[in-house]
Amino acid sequence: MGRFWALFFIVTAVITFVVSWISPSMGWWFPTDGVAVFGMAQSTLGRKIDDLFYLILWIVSVTFVATNVALGYALWRGATIKPEEKVWFSHGSHSLEVIWTIVPSVILLFIALYQLDVWAAYRVRGFIKDSDGKPKQIVAVAEVTARQFEWRIRYPARGKTLKPIPQADDIYTVNELHVPTGDLVSITLRTDDVQHAFFVPELRVKQDAVPGKLIPVWFDTLVTKDYEMLCAELCGWGHYKMKAKLVAQSTEDFEAWKDKVSEEQFDDGYRKPAE
Amino acid sequence: MSTLHPTIDHAGHADHGGHGHAPSFFFTYIWSTDHKMIGKQFLITTLLMMMVGGGLALGVRWQLARPWERMPLFGDAVFASEGGQISPEAYTMLFTMHATVMIFLVIIPVLAGAFGNFLIPLMIGADDMAFPTLNALSYWFMWPAIAFFGASFFMHGGGPAAGWTGYPLLSLLREAAPGSRDAQTCWLLGLTFVGVSSMMGSVNYMTTIINMRAPGMTLFRMPLTIWSMFITAILQAFALPVLTAAGFMMVADRLLGTCFFVPAGIVVNNAPPTVGGGQTLLWQHLFWFYSHPAVYIMLLPAMGMVSDMLACMCRKPIFGYKPMVYSMAAIAGLGFIVWGHHMFLSGMNPALGMTFMVSTIMIALPSAIKTFNWIGTIWGGRIQFNTVMLNCTAFVSMFVIGGLSGIFMAAVPVDIYIHDTYFIVAHFHYVIFGATLFGVFGGIQFWFPKMFGRMMNETVGKVHFVLTFIGFNCTFYPMHMLGIAGMPRRYADPYHFPYLEHLLPMNQFMTTAAFLMGFAQFLLLGNFFLSIFFGPKCGRNPWHANGLEWSAPSPPGHGNFDIPPVVYHGPYEYGSPVSGEKDYLMQTEYVPLAQRVALEDH
Repeated sequence: MGRFWALFFIVTAVITFVVSWISPSMGWWFPTDGVAVFGMAQSTLGRKIDDLFYLILWIVSVTFVATNVALGYALWRGATIKPEEKVWFSHGSHSLEVIWTIVPSVILLFIALYQLDVWAAYRVRGFIKDSDGKPKQIVAVAEVTARQFEWRIRYPARGKTLKPIPQADDIYTVNELHVPTGDLVSITLRTDDVQHAFFVPELRVKQDAVPGKLIPVWFDTLVTKDYEMLCAELCGWGHYKMKAKLVAQSTEDFEAWKDKVSEEQFDDGYRKPAE
Repeated sequence: MSTLHPTIDHAGHADHGGHGHAPSFFFTYIWSTDHKMIGKQFLITTLLMMMVGGGLALGVRWQLARPWERMPLFGDAVFASEGGQISPEAYTMLFTMHATVMIFLVIIPVLAGAFGNFLIPLMIGADDMAFPTLNALSYWFMWPAIAFFGASFFMHGGGPAAGWTGYPLLSLLREAAPGSRDAQTCWLLGLTFVGVSSMMGSVNYMTTIINMRAPGMTLFRMPLTIWSMFITAILQAFALPVLTAAGFMMVADRLLGTCFFVPAGIVVNNAPPTVGGGQTLLWQHLFWFYSHPAVYIMLLPAMGMVSDMLACMCRKPIFGYKPMVYSMAAIAGLGFIVWGHHMFLSGMNPALGMTFMVSTIMIALPSAIKTFNWIGTIWGGRIQFNTVMLNCTAFVSMFVIGGLSGIFMAAVPVDIYIHDTYFIVAHFHYVIFGATLFGVFGGIQFWFPKMFGRMMNETVGKVHFVLTFIGFNCTFYPMHMLGIAGMPRRYADPYHFPYLEHLLPMNQFMTTAAFLMGFAQFLLLGNFFLSIFFGPKCGRNPWHANGLEWSAPSPPGHGNFDIPPVVYHGPYEYGSPVSGEKDYLMQTEYVPLAQRVALEDH
């Protein structure tokens, strides 16, 4: 019976591993639009997160396999030990302890330090550099205000820059955030009521909107298309309904769209009589 | 302090009146100051609460598998007018209360309350806790908490629905959610009572462990269970006041009009704008300053218990006793400086994010050391594959998965993506259910004979284990994939986002597995309660274990030990060459000095 139980745990580990292995091909993986392989991120910043994810996945997989081989072997040996055989009477081994303290700590420290750059790229202004070494310019594109249960977005008029205080010629949309493709754009995230979180899965960007705070979030888009945009922090019964879209379009389209919205918004309904 | 110098004719129950004549039913079973009875009270209460919490979880799973369909029982009873379909606010209430019940009324009290109470005096050779009345109070303070949590369901607007983390302003402003009316106040008061209950326990445990050890029971001869309880008690004593204070501040904000957590000018649901200059982030800091150490409060005692059970079931000493102790201390120490990893996305200073990330990643190190030592303990042993061993092996192998998945979210850039997705849900269920609860299942089976003088049924135990283990893995492993696919937590209906639609079949599979696992718990309950009355009787030491508790009668009488224990060596001398015919050497067994040299060197 002991062998059965040893096998039981070994098989569990094998199944776990196999399920993880086939997940990308089964579609249980990063969100994809059908084009991106394995659901690669649609932004350069997001790809850095993906790279880090896969690096950690490799380290973790190797550790998982090694640990389970050791555990499985130990269980199998413990199940098949002969009655006359003595157990391994040992209180431990100093050198083993030293080895399995130092090796994981080196690996863990490596992971910790290796990823600081990616975090800085996401959160520290001026960290992302252009090819000529100057800090890449961040285009402040809109102020996004979350509220129960929708997103209200305020853009500066064409040719103007985003001001913290609403301006007379600002443009407003609800649940539709337009950004120019390719640029490093930033939004100012705030909330009118409770805490929300701005989440665009395909861009790997997420940030809480905290009452009383204005939080800058920057990201870029690689592909001109519509992205899903949702709330990731419990904000009440309608949390699941905060569905919005992020529209990435070429700079010309973006400006043209702004003109169009501005025209509609400031339309006073007066039409010249037909001549 | 009579236990410090016990004498034979005074066998360690000097402080206790009431022996010689049978105490009444009330003083035996209800207001008992005997640590064993209090432990059993805690155990039975938490087992029943586990069924409540599990039922709430099944409600959550139902909605995720069959969104907006008639929910049997709960939906029929509460939402009859909507055809039994639960409302989104009821869904938020379900997961909020599932977490609340499971964390505050099951996991924390079952470890510290049930096993801590029952085992600490027995394992260190004391006749009772240092403060028996305080101990009884610690149990009875659970009941106001249960009453408040229970009453919150029936408040106008429904139960609390701001998540178990209760982030303001959702939890604070009455207009923010239906559940944030009086229900949330009840929830906060319940939380305070649970906190007071744990606090009384932790003071008691520390005092008892420091002062009341039997002669010869030096600190490094204590079983790892006791070490883990000791470290947990310290964690509780230092972290809990912060949560209690935060809870009171929130109650004051809600009832007295203070503004600790309320920024000015917030308009919720068209209510008048808030005044005040508070900070909602303050709550997050205070809450996680307790609740992150609480994660270790929910894990360390199980680690200690599993270490003891593994050594016994593998018939060999624990591998690396001192590294085990030091790594638990390291987990506890680091546990105080990692709370910020719950707040990577809260908009706090990015430099803080980096600091918290490094400390968070380094806490993986002591966890890794412990895992390797458990495998070292199993290695080369004569494994008894009984229910206890199976649950303990499950603890180790599930802890490996839960620990490794933690590295993803400790890495803050990756956490940007997986934060608040199902990946997190998978991770903490692997640690709290996969590790802790399997450890508890093992512990119940292992110490049941000492609690009731009878054995639990092995076959039922194994069937329960297999069903729970398979159900658990089928429920929670796919959650990793859901998280990678970007499915956020706490969504009543994720499927109206096109990119999540294809995950419905997977969720249905998980729900089926969850129901299997849920109903398997009736086997545990049946086995537990029937064995109290009908299990085969056992002697003092049915597992041939070494600990002091096994030298007491089963079940131990009032005052625990009929022969005052004296300790000669550590608790892990299994398969020792000096033990002669048998393969264990109890802590009370004297070994001549010449032979003892071999034992001292842990």
